[in-house]
Amino acid sequence: MSSNTGRMTAKQRLAIERQKMPERSPDERAKDFNEVNLGFTAELAKLEATRCLQCKKPTCMDGCPVGVDIKKFLELVEDGDFLAAAALMRQTNSLPALTGRVCPQEIQCEAECVRGVKGEPVAVGHLERFIADYERAASEPVNVEVAPPTNKKVAIVGSGPAGLTAAADLARMGHDLTVFEAFHAPGGVLVYGIPEFRLPKKIVAAEIENLKKLGVKIELNTIIGRTYTLDELFENGFKAIFVANGAGLPVFLGVPGENHKGVYSANEYLTRVNLMGAYNFPNCDTPIMRGRQVAVMGGGNVAMDSVRTAKRLGAEKATIVYRRSEREMPARIEEVHHARDEGIIFEMLTNPIRILGDENGWVCGMECLHMELGEPDESGRRRPVPIEGSNFTMDTDVVVVAVGARANPLLSGATPDLKINKWGYIEVDENLQTSIPGVFAGGDIVRGSATVILAMGDGRQAAQSIDNYLKDG
Amino acid sequence: MVGHEIVEKQVLAPDVVSIRLRAPQIARVRKPGQFIILRISEGGERLPLTIADADPSAGTIRLIVQAVGKTTGQLASLEPGQAIRDVVGPLGRPTHLDSFGHAVCIGGGVGTAVVYPIAKALAELGNKVTAIIGGRTKDYVLLEQELSRFAQRVIPTTDDGSYGQKGFVTAALKDVLDSSPEPPVKAIYAVGPVPMMKAVSELTRPYGIYTVVSLNPIMVDGTGMCGGCRVTVDGQTRFACVDGPEFDGHLVDFDELTDRLTTYRQAEARAVQRYENHTCKLKDES
Repeated sequence: MSSNTGRMTAKQRLAIERQKMPERSPDERAKDFNEVNLGFTAELAKLEATRCLQCKKPTCMDGCPVGVDIKKFLELVEDGDFLAAAALMRQTNSLPALTGRVCPQEIQCEAECVRGVKGEPVAVGHLERFIADYERAASEPVNVEVAPPTNKKVAIVGSGPAGLTAAADLARMGHDLTVFEAFHAPGGVLVYGIPEFRLPKKIVAAEIENLKKLGVKIELNTIIGRTYTLDELFENGFKAIFVANGAGLPVFLGVPGENHKGVYSANEYLTRVNLMGAYNFPNCDTPIMRGRQVAVMGGGNVAMDSVRTAKRLGAEKATIVYRRSEREMPARIEEVHHARDEGIIFEMLTNPIRILGDENGWVCGMECLHMELGEPDESGRRRPVPIEGSNFTMDTDVVVVAVGARANPLLSGATPDLKINKWGYIEVDENLQTSIPGVFAGGDIVRGSATVILAMGDGRQAAQSIDNYLKDG
Repeated sequence: MVGHEIVEKQVLAPDVVSIRLRAPQIARVRKPGQFIILRISEGGERLPLTIADADPSAGTIRLIVQAVGKTTGQLASLEPGQAIRDVVGPLGRPTHLDSFGHAVCIGGGVGTAVVYPIAKALAELGNKVTAIIGGRTKDYVLLEQELSRFAQRVIPTTDDGSYGQKGFVTAALKDVLDSSPEPPVKAIYAVGPVPMMKAVSELTRPYGIYTVVSLNPIMVDGTGMCGGCRVTVDGQTRFACVDGPEFDGHLVDFDELTDRLTTYRQAEARAVQRYENHTCKLKDES
């Protein structure tokens, strides 16, 4: 049987425009923490998938860090065979409900889509999200094949995207998995960092339930490097370890006044709200300062998450302060659009040089300089250069610093044999194995600050390497 | 039972309790100076507390808590048989211990609970230990008997003179330092309210004696991730959770720490009021 009978011609497909993701109105959504995007309907999904030209040599797949078979996936969606699409997706991507929401598709699969050459690429991300949500709502979830038990114990350090992906893959290979998480809830950056309005916690929880169904054990409140050393894990019978404990220490600006009350790292600001429920104080015990005028330093996804959180906490004015121009901002395009729609102010080419405090030590403003773009720097982006004498003062009562992170020293400090580079990140070979045999590493603790999908790609690769290592061992 | 069972509770002072709770792995690996973070129940905040003592064979750790806010109040009201949902640790760097010859360990109020395991470890290393333990009143002079088991001398002080020497711990410390003790004092460990640690550090500076303080800034994760616990030490930003909690008292910016500790004062007052109203209502109903 040919699946192509009755299919549309390329010309017909080309005539269909990209379907818009239905979203809640900016006025409504900026007042609460519920999800902004509403998701495609089945009709929209099928129509959008029909835009795919089913290229003989699909380039979209080159742009996917975990190698999803996007062409086949889109064909199944077009046919309305949604559960088959979900099953196909899960062969390579164990967390599609998450990546459908947080992947920077515009620089990955969708950047490679041939339809983007003239017009807009197929909305792969939105379709991925639709399929994952469809599967979760279906009465019978997709069955994943699990290999017979090998009885080999593998430890995963960290339950963020890299750890969860590796755990899922290794569990399906039949290994005995335990994931160690430092916090009291699993999910890593997916629960402490990315806000509810972008990635609802119940979706992360559902993915973790899926893992548990695969037999994966999750040990909360356990810090490897403190509660147990890597050596102790080996002594306790683990045959291999994947270290995916995330980036860690926040970077501050290093300007005077940064320790005034009301200055937060984005990590602290988001953790208080997302993980600890500070938006719900005093029903939850963790407080947060709700500024009237909140300034967020930085131009990445974390900065966007912080500034949109500030708005939802009631800030009258929530501002992104970024030292380069909007072109150089590393945030996902959708986040920038959403932020703008919600009334976020963008102060581009602006750099704070001093945080001002009142007589009681509370933040009351920032002295900033205007910048201009000079020659490209080592990142290839044009370097921001201060404009002399352009000093001005910006009123603000809460400052959130979202300019990146440094390596966390907890595990490496407790593990002298673990080789790290000069920035403190763990060194790995092409198989993601560290200087200690049987210990693999991936995600931000190897890459520095990266994305969820790159961490997942590492998790996937590490799972394969660990499986090979266990077969040889 | 979900969480960590409280197996023993002692009331040390009107609002100060000592609890032992089950945490076998932490009991096994913790070292003096390290702390845990606990969360009593769902929706609770993460509270850092220094481990006062541990019994690896029983698999328990001991915490000493003063009820000053909602969470500490709730914690102090728990009884044996009840459980704490989350306990993570041990966190922080262990105390730098050495053979100094003679060390003075100073505790102010519940700070004595933090300095107690340090004093014990110093004594085990063969140091002569002088302990100075202060409290507002007699009730708040803690662990005197426990300390006297290994400290050569224990000097209690009270602000109101209701017990021991009247006055602050600094006066007692000055007396000790000026009495030319043998062997000479080579290290001082001071734990208590920030003004006390600041006063001790100022006092010992001209003597040039190594002075260690244990800081208690606002903290969320305890693993270096949030930076809320940042303190300025020797002009550098340090994170108390991973770089500390103990620092050289002569290099700490105490005024900044004092100020940052007031960040949530209003919110805390609100939480306490709400908690008290709630518990009063519960009492009325029963």
